[in-house]
Amino acid sequence: MTWETVIGLETHVELATKTKIFCSCTTAFGGAPNTHCCPVCTGMPGTLPVVNEKVVEFAAKAGLALNCTVNRSCKFDRKNYFYPDLPKAYQVSQLYLPIAVNGTVPIKTESGVEKDIRIHELHMEEDAGKLVHDPWIDQTKADYNRCGVPLIEIVTEPDFRTAEEVVAYLEKLKSTLEYLGVSDCKMQEGSLRCDVNLSVRPAGSEEFGTRTEMKNLNSFKAIARAIEYEAKRQVELIEEGKRVVQETRRWDENKDATFSMRSKENAQDYRYFPEPDIPPLELSEEYLEKLRAEQPEMAAEKMARYQAEYGLPVYDTEMISTSKAMADFFEEAVAQGAPAKEVANWIMGQVMRQLSAKGLEAKEMPLTPKTLCRLIALVGEGKLNRNTAVKVFDAVFDSDGDVDAYVKEHGLEQVSDAGLVTEAVEKVLAANPQSVADFKGGKEKAFGFLVGQTMKELKGKADPKVVNETLRAKLKE
Amino acid sequence: MELLELSALQLGEAIKKGEVSIPEATGAALKAIEAQNGANNAFITVTAEAAMARAEELQKRVKDASSPLYGVPMAYKDNICTKGVKTTCASKILGDFQPPYNATLVEKLTAAGAVSLGKLNMDEFAMGSTSETSFYGATKNPRALDRAPGGSSGGAAAAVAAKECWYAIGSDTGGSIRQPASYCGVTGMKPTYGTVSRYGLIAYASSLDQMGPLCGDAADCAAVLDAIQGKDFRDGTSLSGDYDSLLQNLTGDISGLKVGVPVDCFGDGLNGEVRTAVLAVADVLKDRGAEVVEFQFPVMQYVVPAYYIIASAEASSNLSRFDGVKYGWRAEGYEDLADLYNKTRTEGFGAEVKRRILLGTFVLSTGYYDAYYKKALQVKAVIKRAFDDAFNHCDVMLTPVAPTTAPKLGDSLSDPLQMYLSDIYTVSLNLAGLPGISVPCGADKQGLPIGAQLIGPALGEQVVLNAAHAFQLDTDYHKKGAK
Repeated sequence: MTWETVIGLETHVELATKTKIFCSCTTAFGGAPNTHCCPVCTGMPGTLPVVNEKVVEFAAKAGLALNCTVNRSCKFDRKNYFYPDLPKAYQVSQLYLPIAVNGTVPIKTESGVEKDIRIHELHMEEDAGKLVHDPWIDQTKADYNRCGVPLIEIVTEPDFRTAEEVVAYLEKLKSTLEYLGVSDCKMQEGSLRCDVNLSVRPAGSEEFGTRTEMKNLNSFKAIARAIEYEAKRQVELIEEGKRVVQETRRWDENKDATFSMRSKENAQDYRYFPEPDIPPLELSEEYLEKLRAEQPEMAAEKMARYQAEYGLPVYDTEMISTSKAMADFFEEAVAQGAPAKEVANWIMGQVMRQLSAKGLEAKEMPLTPKTLCRLIALVGEGKLNRNTAVKVFDAVFDSDGDVDAYVKEHGLEQVSDAGLVTEAVEKVLAANPQSVADFKGGKEKAFGFLVGQTMKELKGKADPKVVNETLRAKLKE
Repeated sequence: MELLELSALQLGEAIKKGEVSIPEATGAALKAIEAQNGANNAFITVTAEAAMARAEELQKRVKDASSPLYGVPMAYKDNICTKGVKTTCASKILGDFQPPYNATLVEKLTAAGAVSLGKLNMDEFAMGSTSETSFYGATKNPRALDRAPGGSSGGAAAAVAAKECWYAIGSDTGGSIRQPASYCGVTGMKPTYGTVSRYGLIAYASSLDQMGPLCGDAADCAAVLDAIQGKDFRDGTSLSGDYDSLLQNLTGDISGLKVGVPVDCFGDGLNGEVRTAVLAVADVLKDRGAEVVEFQFPVMQYVVPAYYIIASAEASSNLSRFDGVKYGWRAEGYEDLADLYNKTRTEGFGAEVKRRILLGTFVLSTGYYDAYYKKALQVKAVIKRAFDDAFNHCDVMLTPVAPTTAPKLGDSLSDPLQMYLSDIYTVSLNLAGLPGISVPCGADKQGLPIGAQLIGPALGEQVVLNAAHAFQLDTDYHKKGAK
């Protein structure tokens, strides 16, 4: 029997507001434990939440960009449960009337599948704190810095069939939210977290199987692996005549497997009810219209513009606009006068090679467009040859170093002085009579050898074009 | 001059004129507390030293005083956060909790020159109608020490009645200012929901809680309300009252005022002496030019159940934060996290609080939410509409505050259901968010005070206070002191 995997996602995204959702504490990541909190976000008795308008704005913008209906009126609700990282013992979230519903996200996978993923809803909520267990003293300590950091949770319909589709969706989501400037979507800092609901059913069946929910998925790679694993586990269970239990499972990165956390029977009753401390939010049509007008140029629009404006190939524009940071880098470099195609080539080649080698995202790039522009200019002016330029690029990448200073310090400036080149060529010809003879006898290969020897003589700094020309001229004599 | 016999405004005036010094007044109040607190237990915490220091400091700046309450000693119910001063909610679970912040209302009164004498006893977490559920022992009614002072702001009513302070701030979730005011023979007002910022009031039921004054008379209430009302950026549910000084507009002129008497509030279950005394208020108002209209108010049988469902539901969530992890009291000898929660909450909360947490947890549970909580919210909407309709017929409504006068200590707790039913005349205002005042209007055969309730439409503080003031201009029930 062939099986079909059915997947739905719940993605939590931290919003990039400066302050928390219900107080004016900073949302900065890290910080010494319990230094980014106040009586409000630690839920001290008598304190009250006041909604950060920026959170509403960011959530509404995200809703609009994901093609949702943004509700003109929405409310907060309380989700009640006891845990030491949740100081009020309830999380302020939205259940009954979320800010946005019924969206769609068009995706295109690596293997070319194109489809629309439906968004069930997008709601706002507050993050919880963090518990740190200290095994040495066998104590758990609570850090409330993250309490009250604003989140949006984006819930899809069960529209995914493969891990590839899930990854394509997440990449699209990440790019969209980054372009909007509403989140920095850093998975390693937990600002984008994803729970995967998965079930399997015989291909062609209309009914859903029993689903499990997977948590602790910290990278796209982990998500893809967990999906493969869990689908296989469920199919094997059913084929063995057993049944899938509705439960929450934890992905264990090291063991490459999912493990049961809690079953539905043990599921908590969160006793949701309307948050009485926060009046309903009313969003006017004018306000939403203003947000729509403020929506920045997104990836697809940038691709089209780069093709039209700079004549770049589709592939190039796709690579450049994957992330907002890269597109910004490209645009700034072009604005500083570098030729667009030249910048695109550097981005797709050296920049991406360096980023992937260092495990960095585009927004973490140490190199500035200004530095790349200087490098491109030196090559264009014939002062650096390409190979040397790559070496310089690698050398200055991490520290965004001074290109000119580096070139000078290491004596890398290209030799274009005809006299020096002629001198070297003559020396090489004199030292390699056999090769000269070979060339004159019709062996074109010998020419390459002589070029190489000349470059070596000039310590690689010569302009290859000048070397070529001088050599040919001398050999004709 | 018998200082303790003055009203808050009279004392403020005397201070301004230099007839009385603030330390003098503060000293007199502290002496009264010292003499009586052992008997009536109105205060949980007395901050005598801080009060005297504050009095001295205020006296130096008395020439700059602008508030009519400048230098007047007062006290806060112990569910109102006071920076660095123990705030207990009369519960074991808060332990020695000292808030690192003041309630907005405390900030406002401090700015108005209030001298705080300390923190007042109450029912634990404001849950109760007698101030007997306090972990710090029951408060006793200064009018008759074998009687309950009412609750939950029993300490506040008792302290004002016993003349231990010139006014007090209480909180009212279902009648907790008005009913003890009635039992103790003082004037107490619950403002429109949102008029006074709730920031710093430890929540019982967030959608119903509202702080307000307990005073000697309506004029004092107007002065206090002027000082504490207003939109607060720290409370999203607070409103801009948008009225001028309530005190300055307190004319006592009620000619043409339509006073509504809902006949359903004077039927079965109401003590006869209370009925007579409350209805007599209508006659006094009529004599001053008001018109009295009677009408049906057919929602009374729904108000108590709806109130207890909503209040308990919110309480079950609001009180979840008291878990022994962060502040307050923590049980000893727990084995794991669940055990820490269980033991701390089992040992830290009293019986009445537990009863309401359990009730609230139940009505919010899957499968019961629609039948109870959602239904109660619908009833709340019906009650709101009933009041809207009533205020088409009248400007203020007149009802009893409680069906009886103060019960004997110990009588109520044995039958909680009966105790809940006695909230029938007060809870509807909280459900509808309306302002109401309790004014002394007589005494029963045993000399126990009777209170009448005047109710206004939303933000109708002025009309309510004006009617109460008019009544007090012609009567002296509010001046009759404790024995």
